[in-house]
Amino acid sequence: MSASLPPAIKDDFPLLSRSVHGRPIVYLDSAATSQKPRAVLDAMAVYYATVNANVHRGAYEIAAQATEAMEGARRAVARFVNAASANEIVFTKNVTEAINLVARSWGGANLGPGDAVLVTEMEHHANIVPWHIMAAERGFELRWIPLTPDGRLDLENLDRLLDGVKLVGCTAMSNVLGTLNPIRRLADAAHGAGALLLVDAAQYVPHLPTDVQALGADFLGFTGHKMCGPTGIGVLWARAELLDAMPPFLGGGEMILDVRKDGFLPNEIPHKFEAGTPPIAEIVGLGAAVEYLSGLGMDRVREHEVSLTAYALRTLSERYGDDLVVHGPPEPAARGGVLSMAYRDVHPHDVSQVLDQHGVCVRAGHHCAKPLMRQLGVGATARASLYVYNDESDIDALADALAEAGELFAW
Amino acid sequence: MSGLEDLYREILLDHYRNPRHRGELEVPPAVRAEGFNPLCGDEVIVYVDVGADDVVQAVAIGGQGCSISQSSASMMAAGIRGRPVAEVRRLVRAFKSMMSIHSHEIGGEAEDDDEGGGLDPDDMKLGDLEALRGVVKFPVRIKCATLSWNTLVQALDETAHP
Ligand SMILES: Cc1ncc(COP(=O)(O)O)c(C=O)c1O
Repeated sequence: MSASLPPAIKDDFPLLSRSVHGRPIVYLDSAATSQKPRAVLDAMAVYYATVNANVHRGAYEIAAQATEAMEGARRAVARFVNAASANEIVFTKNVTEAINLVARSWGGANLGPGDAVLVTEMEHHANIVPWHIMAAERGFELRWIPLTPDGRLDLENLDRLLDGVKLVGCTAMSNVLGTLNPIRRLADAAHGAGALLLVDAAQYVPHLPTDVQALGADFLGFTGHKMCGPTGIGVLWARAELLDAMPPFLGGGEMILDVRKDGFLPNEIPHKFEAGTPPIAEIVGLGAAVEYLSGLGMDRVREHEVSLTAYALRTLSERYGDDLVVHGPPEPAARGGVLSMAYRDVHPHDVSQVLDQHGVCVRAGHHCAKPLMRQLGVGATARASLYVYNDESDIDALADALAEAGELFAW
Repeated sequence: MSGLEDLYREILLDHYRNPRHRGELEVPPAVRAEGFNPLCGDEVIVYVDVGADDVVQAVAIGGQGCSISQSSASMMAAGIRGRPVAEVRRLVRAFKSMMSIHSHEIGGEAEDDDEGGGLDPDDMKLGDLEALRGVVKFPVRIKCATLSWNTLVQALDETAHP
């Protein structure tokens, strides 16, 4: 067994005890969404059963408790990523909304003709399309950091690319290649050129110890459902002075101090960016998720995934040799547990169909990264992705099931 | 693994291995239409050349995708060449009716199919296309099977002779 996570960890996740097509489930799609530990499910059920009330505006006891549950979760999330203050944690619907918030609010106030936003060719659509939309509206240029053949950022011409750039947007870990990007280096380069750095940490925060201050980013977004939390809750972290200076995103209740017939006064951060009744139970669930992950220890989570990724790369290469290619960096330490596979010329959708009959859940498709897929010269990949509850038996099941795909499509 | 045999019938795999009418046609006289399946990145390009007599003179298929989308496109191409457009449109309806989960659920197996799915009364011979019937049991793959057909309709709608 790899690393030092408890071996019975699967028992924490009720869904992992079910079967699919008469076989025990082998869940290898955590890059799309993670399974949820009982601690998270219970926290949400207990919240609804014993605390449920709207937050912030009630003087009665359970309203105060609901508010405290929500704000306690905010503090837990702030600690989890080492934010300087809980006020820097803005709750959003998901990381997609977090990035849209920055594009709309900060971008709307700061970007115009002659400016540029620099993103990478390995971004998820969530960190591309908001900039396309704003570029069309505000008339700035969207520029791209290219990739090396082994799926890393090609930073050779970074200084030239940064000319005129006001914001750099980069994923901390690719959801297709698993590549871990040099965020600190990008932060320093961006700041040296007078630009800010936005980090899409959707695939990073769930898997590695995260210290937003040490990373040097200005904005960093992540999404609850990929880190043992529920769907419907995400986070934008940003330095307080940036949030203070930004105009509101959505308008409505909660985000105001005062409303008159001729205008309004926005609330303090982070509430300024949280219009309407928040997803309170989901926030409570996210709080429970970060407590659960902290209990495991993020260092150990990372250690577990590095050794399991190494085992997977070794196993697949021993079993399938050159018939199976895993995209992205070959060294486990330079990547996360995301294995985008090309298996001979069997189409990824057919691979995942055959695997499904074995109870093995992998995702086939473009993984919301079409510019990257074009760069790789493929329409789709079959992606297996690992998390805390996976172990070597899951990798063995994957390797066994692949054999049937090979037989069915052998000619 | 009985389910997989329902899906990956031998005829289907044969069309996947040896796709018919792959290539391009000159535009014009042919019309070109592109279809995407955002779910899995499948991409089909359909060229049809409809003559003045409203008969499909030539058809060609481009693009890339999974065994279901590619074999369906190949069978479609083989099935429509030389047929009048009106007949092709009826074939499209018959095929899409076969691919409808709705009619499948209502009719159970086979015979009641024309009840729920709006299958054309003067029944079409689906021939090889019957091999795709198993796809209905795999609902996420229905979009793969119908991709080229929807793209064909797009192309036909763009031709000068409807
Ligand atoms: C790198 C990356 N960014 C953004 C997203 C979007 O996450 P969400 O749909 O939760 O906003 C994902 C996951 O789908 C992702 O992997």
